Amino acid sequence: MDIGWFVVLSAFIFCIGAAGVLTRRNPLVVLLCLELMLNAGNLALVAFARMHGNQAGQVFALIVMVVAACEVVIGLGIIVAMYRNRLPIDVDEMSELRG
Amino acid sequence: MWFEQFLFFVTAIGALGGALGVVMLRNPFYSVLALVVHLLALAVLFLLLRAEFLAAAQVVVYASAVMVLYVFVVAYIGGADEPLRPEGGPLATFGPLFAAALAIELSIAVLGTGLEAVDTRGADIGPDFGAPGQIGALLLRRFLVPFEGASFLLLMAAVGAVVLARRRRGLEA
Repeated sequence: MDIGWFVVLSAFIFCIGAAGVLTRRNPLVVLLCLELMLNAGNLALVAFARMHGNQAGQVFALIVMVVAACEVVIGLGIIVAMYRNRLPIDVDEMSELRG
Repeated sequence: MWFEQFLFFVTAIGALGGALGVVMLRNPFYSVLALVVHLLALAVLFLLLRAEFLAAAQVVVYASAVMVLYVFVVAYIGGADEPLRPEGGPLATFGPLFAAALAIELSIAVLGTGLEAVDTRGADIGPDFGAPGQIGALLLRRFLVPFEGASFLLLMAAVGAVVLARRRRGLEA
């Protein structure tokens, strides 16, 4: 398989994720779409690691997975806090930082 | 060789379908399940790219642990169907517009300039490329500082999640 196919696929997945972040209103789904974008980046990193025959790209992808896990944990914590405070679960309604 | 191409196209369709499912499905619970399909397809793609350890980590950590967290939170806050946007504010019009612009731009980049530079099968690699031992040696020798930084980041995220999600009124409430 040519590496180019993987890069094209990663570009399209990133695009779908960006579209989801821009159009969806449920913060849970926005987080899921952020995961899509991070995974597209991961796919590109692994593809380029294969192209250059260098495993540093795979280590970088592993670190990206760690960052994604942290982002999920904090994001879900904020969503649970929103639910506890009876705020609307909707990114359009949430326009203030003060809780 | 044909089997590799067949596998690539099947899993690429799975990954794209999963991604579209995440964005299109109204119920957040189904979105989470679509993301699981997407992540499993990506793990197969990682295997095709000879990233064995990363594929295993993708399935064990991402498609299992992180997604279980999502399922719990969806069950906790109630996975109600998202209502359709009542009538368009500025976000309702500009969001899809911007997404479409990004798609067109990426298509032009893919179709127009071509990807001659990456149309290779990749460098020659040994049989243990991407094996756990190789990745572990890299993490503990060349990338020790990012490795420790990642562990510190995970610790901070765990503490932060506890602080964010705890109940406000004392311990008994």
